[in-house]
Amino acid sequence: MSGYWAGIMAILCFNIVVAYSVFLPAASGQLNLGAAGFVAIGAYSSGYISTDLGAPMLLAILLGALVTGFVAFVISFPILRTRGVYMVLATFAFAEVVQGVFINLEVFGAAAGYPVAAFADLNVIVPLTIGVVVFVFFLMTTRLGLSMRAVHDDEPVATLFGVHARFTQVTAFTLGGVVAGIGGAIWAHNFNYVEIQNFNILLSIFVLLYVLIGGTQTAFGPLIGAVFFTLMPEALRVSEEWRFVIFGILIILMMVVRPEGLVTRTMLDRIKGPFIRRKPAPVVDS
Amino acid sequence: MPDSVLSFQNVSKNFSGLRVIDEVTFDVERGSRTALIGPNGAGKTTVFNLISGVYPIDQGQVLLDGDDISTLPVRQRINRGISRSFQNIRLMPHLSAVENVMLGQHSHSRSIGSLLFPLGWLPRNRWAKQAEEALAQAGLGTYPGEVVANLPYGVQKRIEVVRAMISEPKVLMLDEPAAGLNEQETEDLRLLLEQVSERGVTLLVVEHDMQFVRRLCDQVVVLNFGKKIFEGLASEVQEDQAVKEAYLGTEDVGDAA
Ligand SMILES: Nc1ncnc2c1ncn2[C@@H]1O[C@H](COP(=O)(O)OP(=O)(O)O)[C@@H](O)[C@H]1O
Ligand SMILES: [Mg+2]
Repeated sequence: MSGYWAGIMAILCFNIVVAYSVFLPAASGQLNLGAAGFVAIGAYSSGYISTDLGAPMLLAILLGALVTGFVAFVISFPILRTRGVYMVLATFAFAEVVQGVFINLEVFGAAAGYPVAAFADLNVIVPLTIGVVVFVFFLMTTRLGLSMRAVHDDEPVATLFGVHARFTQVTAFTLGGVVAGIGGAIWAHNFNYVEIQNFNILLSIFVLLYVLIGGTQTAFGPLIGAVFFTLMPEALRVSEEWRFVIFGILIILMMVVRPEGLVTRTMLDRIKGPFIRRKPAPVVDS
Repeated sequence: MPDSVLSFQNVSKNFSGLRVIDEVTFDVERGSRTALIGPNGAGKTTVFNLISGVYPIDQGQVLLDGDDISTLPVRQRINRGISRSFQNIRLMPHLSAVENVMLGQHSHSRSIGSLLFPLGWLPRNRWAKQAEEALAQAGLGTYPGEVVANLPYGVQKRIEVVRAMISEPKVLMLDEPAAGLNEQETEDLRLLLEQVSERGVTLLVVEHDMQFVRRLCDQVVVLNFGKKIFEGLASEVQEDQAVKEAYLGTEDVGDAA
């Protein structure tokens, strides 16, 4: 694989992982515009653990993810008190605070950035990414995943059926943090340099776009969204000047044509329909 | 003394100063099929909301098996055996029929282990199987995998009932379950509810279709303007003077007589 494609592949994996970190809370009805903040925490903490503490890289990635998950858990309580657009603002504000903290932390080189020693090539990144994707698909088939989607659709009714909405949302937010931490760790060990400037609001916006345009109803959404948005700009490189105009128009078009995202439950049913006709369960006489 | 599973004791509820439930007291006998009827706006849905905990009560007590549940969090009431359907369909629009029904099983699978159980990956697991069978029993066997938002009204209405009954609660509260169903569907629903009742579930049903009520229910409570005006046998309700007056000018009871 050429260096060019390896680079794109690594970015693609990073985008997919971070998209899933935003998808998990989104699937239970919470909009997170602070992905960059969590990614930064994962990048710095895993980089620090592998470089300064000298831990093996995979262990550092895992610990970085756990640190990020812990931060997500703690801040989920104030954040989940907010709703809708206020939650968007709260998560955005969190990411700004994170940026402000890291830019002043001398231990991480402050604004100059933080060099990370260990290198993660695609042999590490791709399996990690696949692991995240499989985990999220699995989670969404469990009763917890069902609870998340129920809380997303109608929280009061989900509660009436016994779902602990707060527990469900805190869990989704925390797991989202863990996944974002993995994304940050991938970044840190692939670029071997962590600069807080890379984890800015644009990253948070783009990742949220991947998820919302890919669709929050199924675990396919973020995958399709991230792949589409990572590869599309590459395909548009041919017309460099018009690239961002075309890109913007595409986003608007998709929001008009498929307001619930590219991949919806109904669409999956249509695709599955002709191939997998499940036999109706037999009527049981009683 | 009759054995009452659910008991509403001197309950009142105000909405912005307006008294919507006015010192209402009634008992739901264990194993009975009790109808809660009354003209539009009488307060029937509000009674369901107070029992299930959507709103707190202002005064009085709601007893389930003798325990006051009126201060319990909403979530714990279904764990105690109270389940309900909604007058205006409140299914989860993005979930399939069988997933909606599996949501109704939640109160029976709250451990961490069952939260992490992959319902969707093992299609013949006992939860999915129970949900699919319940749908089939309700005549909805062709719909389990379909996203409910795309299903016809009558089908959604019946999925509501299946979701509420799947947990085999002590008290199953149904809010106008036959509204919008055709004659055949209504009859099928009645047969389904009779089976549920025979399994020991107490029914509390709000319904305007008096023929349905007379065929299904043995006990009736009548509300009018937030006050209880009748409580007794279904066979006697239509002879009651107060009930006749409450329905004067409306067709509900007269039709069925
Ligand atoms: N959340 C609420 N806020 C204000 N008023 C309400 C609310 N819920 C019900 N009401 C009022 O309470 C009365 C009874 O309503 P409801 O219980 O829905 O009647 P029914 O189900 O018997 O038709 C109505 O006058 C209705 O407007
Ligand atoms: Mg009503």
